[in-house]
Amino acid sequence: MAEKNSVLIDGQVVPLNGEKSILELTRKIGIELPTFCYHSELSLYGACRMCVVEIEGRGIMASCSTPPVPGMKILTNSPRVQRVRRTVLELLLANHDRECTTCDRNGTCKLQDLANRFGVKKIRFGERDLKLPLDTSSPSLVRDPNKCILCGDCVRMCSEVQGIGVLDFNGRGSSAQVTPAFNKDLAEVDCVNCGQCSAVCPTGAIVVKDETDRAWAAINNPEKLVVVQVAPAVRVALGEEFGLPAGELVTGKVVAALKRLGFDKVFDTSLAADLTVIEETNEFIDRLQKGERLPQFTSCCPGWVKYAEHNEAEYLKHLSSCRSPQQMFGSLVKKHWATELGKKPEDIFVVSIMPCTAKKYEAGLPQFTTDGVPDVDLVLTTQELARMIREAGLLFDQLEVESFDTPFGFTTGAGVIFGATGGVAEAVLRAAHELVTGEPIEQVNFTEVRGFDHRKEATVEIAGQEIKVAVVHGLANAKALLKELKEGKVHYDIIEVMACPGGCIGGAGQPISTSPETKKERAKGIYNADKLSQIRKAQDNPVVTKFYERWLEKPNSHAAHEALHTAYVNRSRINGEQIQLLTSKQKEQVDVAVCVGTCCYLKGSYDTLNKFMQQAEAAKVTDKINLYATFCLEGCEQSPAVKVNNQIINGVTPDQAEKVFKEKVLSKLE
Amino acid sequence: MNNPALDQLKQWQQQWQQAFQKEKARILVCAGTGCVANGSLQVYQALKQEVEARGEFVTVDLILEEEKSGVTVVKSGCHGFCEKGPLVRLEPSGVLYTKVKPEDAAEIVEALINNGEPVERLLYRHPVTGEVFAQENQIPFYRHQKRTSLLHCGVIDPENIREYIVDDGYQALIKAVTTMTPEEVCREILDSGLRGRGGGGFPTGRKWEFTRIEEGPKKYVICNGDEGDPGAFMDRSLLEGDPHRILEGMAIAGYAVGADEGYIYVRAEYPLAVERLKNAIAAAHEYGLLGQNILGTGFNFEIKIKEGAGAFVCGEETALIASIEGKRGMPSPKPPFPAQSGLWGKPTLINNVETFANVALIIRQGADWFRQFGTEKSPGTKTFAITGQVANTGLIEVPMGITLRDVVFEIGGGIRDGKKFKAVQIGGPSGGCLTEEHLDLKLDYDSLLSAGAMIGSGGLVVMDEDTCMVEVARFFMNFTQNESCGKCVPCREGTKRMLEILQRAVDGEGRPEDVELLQDLAEAVRDGSLCGLGKTAPNPVLTMLKYFKDEYIAHVVDKKCPAGVCSALKGYYIVPEECKGCSKCARSCPVQAISGEIKKPFTIDQDKCIKCGACVSTCPFKAIKEG
Repeated sequence: MAEKNSVLIDGQVVPLNGEKSILELTRKIGIELPTFCYHSELSLYGACRMCVVEIEGRGIMASCSTPPVPGMKILTNSPRVQRVRRTVLELLLANHDRECTTCDRNGTCKLQDLANRFGVKKIRFGERDLKLPLDTSSPSLVRDPNKCILCGDCVRMCSEVQGIGVLDFNGRGSSAQVTPAFNKDLAEVDCVNCGQCSAVCPTGAIVVKDETDRAWAAINNPEKLVVVQVAPAVRVALGEEFGLPAGELVTGKVVAALKRLGFDKVFDTSLAADLTVIEETNEFIDRLQKGERLPQFTSCCPGWVKYAEHNEAEYLKHLSSCRSPQQMFGSLVKKHWATELGKKPEDIFVVSIMPCTAKKYEAGLPQFTTDGVPDVDLVLTTQELARMIREAGLLFDQLEVESFDTPFGFTTGAGVIFGATGGVAEAVLRAAHELVTGEPIEQVNFTEVRGFDHRKEATVEIAGQEIKVAVVHGLANAKALLKELKEGKVHYDIIEVMACPGGCIGGAGQPISTSPETKKERAKGIYNADKLSQIRKAQDNPVVTKFYERWLEKPNSHAAHEALHTAYVNRSRINGEQIQLLTSKQKEQVDVAVCVGTCCYLKGSYDTLNKFMQQAEAAKVTDKINLYATFCLEGCEQSPAVKVNNQIINGVTPDQAEKVFKEKVLSKLE
Repeated sequence: MNNPALDQLKQWQQQWQQAFQKEKARILVCAGTGCVANGSLQVYQALKQEVEARGEFVTVDLILEEEKSGVTVVKSGCHGFCEKGPLVRLEPSGVLYTKVKPEDAAEIVEALINNGEPVERLLYRHPVTGEVFAQENQIPFYRHQKRTSLLHCGVIDPENIREYIVDDGYQALIKAVTTMTPEEVCREILDSGLRGRGGGGFPTGRKWEFTRIEEGPKKYVICNGDEGDPGAFMDRSLLEGDPHRILEGMAIAGYAVGADEGYIYVRAEYPLAVERLKNAIAAAHEYGLLGQNILGTGFNFEIKIKEGAGAFVCGEETALIASIEGKRGMPSPKPPFPAQSGLWGKPTLINNVETFANVALIIRQGADWFRQFGTEKSPGTKTFAITGQVANTGLIEVPMGITLRDVVFEIGGGIRDGKKFKAVQIGGPSGGCLTEEHLDLKLDYDSLLSAGAMIGSGGLVVMDEDTCMVEVARFFMNFTQNESCGKCVPCREGTKRMLEILQRAVDGEGRPEDVELLQDLAEAVRDGSLCGLGKTAPNPVLTMLKYFKDEYIAHVVDKKCPAGVCSALKGYYIVPEECKGCSKCARSCPVQAISGEIKKPFTIDQDKCIKCGACVSTCPFKAIKEG
């Protein structure tokens, strides 16, 4: 019976097949109801009120949150519905900074698109009366609260998909805002720069920091040799900016475009990815044999690395010490290739084209430099490259394909699949067995680790040993995995983590797309490129072999460590907020800081601090000491930690306080 | 039938009843927030001292332990007639003293002990007729009320569980748990026709049944005491004046829906209510009437208190639940309803304080008893907080279906200072205004809704002819605008813009096209908002546009405020025929807006005039008029 399990939508009988919402149902019958706050991967929010429909007997309801009930009579475009939608748009526009022409999202803005679609031509209300300052603190993103429509997409993305939650609502009613806690800047909080907030933002309220001007400046500087590297995920997405279908492989066109833009050399990050595979696999085999620091976590995703630095201090030693492919590339160029060319590191300007916003942050880290010069000078996202191509007037789809330059241009399928979730794990699996046994493997496809499931697992045999592999993407999934790991519920040997859902192809620097299909198509493109590669294993890359011969000796050698490895920083601390308890008035003085962070506090650091106070009073030196209560000296394992001048002293429990004070503090004042 | 739990309860009841009979008299001093603020605790101390001085003071404990008899002095809950507070009520005579001061104590006690005439100067005097009333139940303010849920408020000591038990307290709970199935309890509530007293008017029994039929080992009951309407205080009065009644209602609900845990969400700015609830919960635990295995029946029920920070929107059930969970108080779309997925994702029953206050009465006395009050579709009684330009203000309880006229003119005693009735705003900021034509409207859920207003929590503001309805709409819009959580667009942005338009009107900057714009926007906000706050926020505007459109048009087209309230629209002019040209006005004007030649009529420069009115009072010839 049709009536029994169907509804009437705009007079049309529509059968029900377990659809969760009216919105889902209308999309199936070809009606695209407008939305701002509905995303299939996020929780229901129901706030934008654009997707409303009129239901007989129930009035106006949001279709995203209302399940269809048999017999419902639904109107999707009644006059009342139209009025709500237009009013919502008009109200949003009235309060929105309407500098569309100069907005980064001009042309990809959903508010602009819907206003146009619904024919909102006149705004009957006054202009926005408040001009809030921009937050440009982040190396990756720019927040413009004046363009925020408070749909909460970024808030839910950050907390639900990424498990971080640096953004939330603040204030009530018309003064509500989305901000980091205490209205701090993004750079001051635990933001990992993944930029997924900007990817999901319907307007220009959070955008990727545009640095194309710096690229033009370098290109136009005759002193510089400007080289550019292109990450794997870029080649399956850039075409979307120019009307090509998602997932279409445009590697040759990207190279051609970059050359036409004026870059001196165009290289492929995939080659550095092959190098990563070799280094990381050897590191893994070494750990496996020694039975230490397992599971090993991948480290090519800067979003994940920063997340771990903020939240998983105890697992930092489990991260592979390998630099990301971007930084390996930069390091090789500045440390070795430059020398061969007879150039200094500052003579070469390295640009990266990345699908990623966190790469901008990574490139700026102090450890990734050669003689004080950054290994990677500038990171541009796929979006920014598209902007440069448009500015130069290049007709992208008509470009004749060109090839990458040597020496950093020869790639294998292993390096290319880094662009999709599971790719690093698969590339490592392709190498591991062979590196241990020397026997080549026939079957190179490890399909268990491909695809978009929240967690993918595989068990493989390497030289008779069973290895458990896990792959997660989206930091909330990583968080859940780590929780189970700590609880002893799961056991793995190697774990790949990518911050962005889908891996790098879903990076926030990629062309804006709200369709979940886009990522699937891009992944298809990546695996297609792998399939088409002549060589599919990193260890077979002849250029990589040559690099070892010329520059790096062998995997995990001292030279390889110098150029290709790094160390991590525990960032689980409250920044810069120490409390000064004593202030010296004398020239002769000692700085003493006692950590009162969680670990130290639990081991009695507060009492240590009190004892120091008493000691200082007893010795009448309160005017010669700057005494601080501070948060986290990163000595959590040997807490309580105390810092005297610049020396960190661990294990200063209250019963040690007197002794330490006499030996380390008073002795300096005598 | 053997019922040890009921026997225990009745044994206590009998024992304490005998004790209370040894009271020669009882002096009840109102210790509700209103009276306390007016000094009733000092009155209480003074009365106690006076009774002690005469060697007559006893407490219930003394009676129980030493078989003494004498006069008890007790702090009661709110009597509702707060503007006449501090109130002191005598039992058994039923005499009510108003505006009592500590220095009146001797006189009161003297008259009481010597069985003398009540102290006349402290009795209620009708503001219009001057008639004096000694007994509380004779005062028109009380005479037309039907107090059932407020029955104990002002009558018993809310801090003494014995008084509640003596008055059949907790018998309904034991009756439900020992003699009825959960389904029967839900059925009884459904049959009674009780509807949600928090404003929506949803049938309570159906809500219970929805929660009952949900599967799951863990369910919750929540009492919504987030009373946010400005001027409404029935929830506070009930929680302060009869806390055990609420606890009993919640426990019955817990049994009916299969929950063993309840939360009372109460505003932190109701410290007295919080304190009395804490006392009551502790006392109920002590007597085994809450907690594990209640009076040996095997039924478990615990109650926790959650203090809210005072956001109006937290009265909305999904926002309230979010707030209990420690999240930002923002509503979420329904479905899912709390009955399906509420607190911590578990099936949750959420009712208002006043709804719970009716539960024990219905279970103990039956659905038919309840149905004898009120109307067919809105049975029972309803409390209203009546305030504004009316002679008697306070908290009242009336049968549903009473006319607005009875409330305003009988209970409220008519309009103050002989002014003319203009409108009532009913249901708080979510309600609407009703006019003279609605005076004979029966107050119940459906008739109010059809008139564009709502019962809401029961705020009732009476307005006289000097009230500007545009300003009233602006006032309420300012409230809802401030209290919007900011989640959905229509409410967040729409209320802001409605306020902007109304502000323009009272500032004299209204535009003719505003009439249509305001109507259109108000309807869109009503249709499009996510939660009840947004959906009802336009009600004051819509009713103003419906019943007082001319007044609004006068503001935006003619730039006049007919009620003479909006100062930007006021103007002063000098009637030339009456002006003698004395120049007194010109000299009194602080901004030199008045000029003229001596002995000739003066004029006011409207551009300079700041409408302070100084000239009006200085003119010896009353030549300056407002208009």
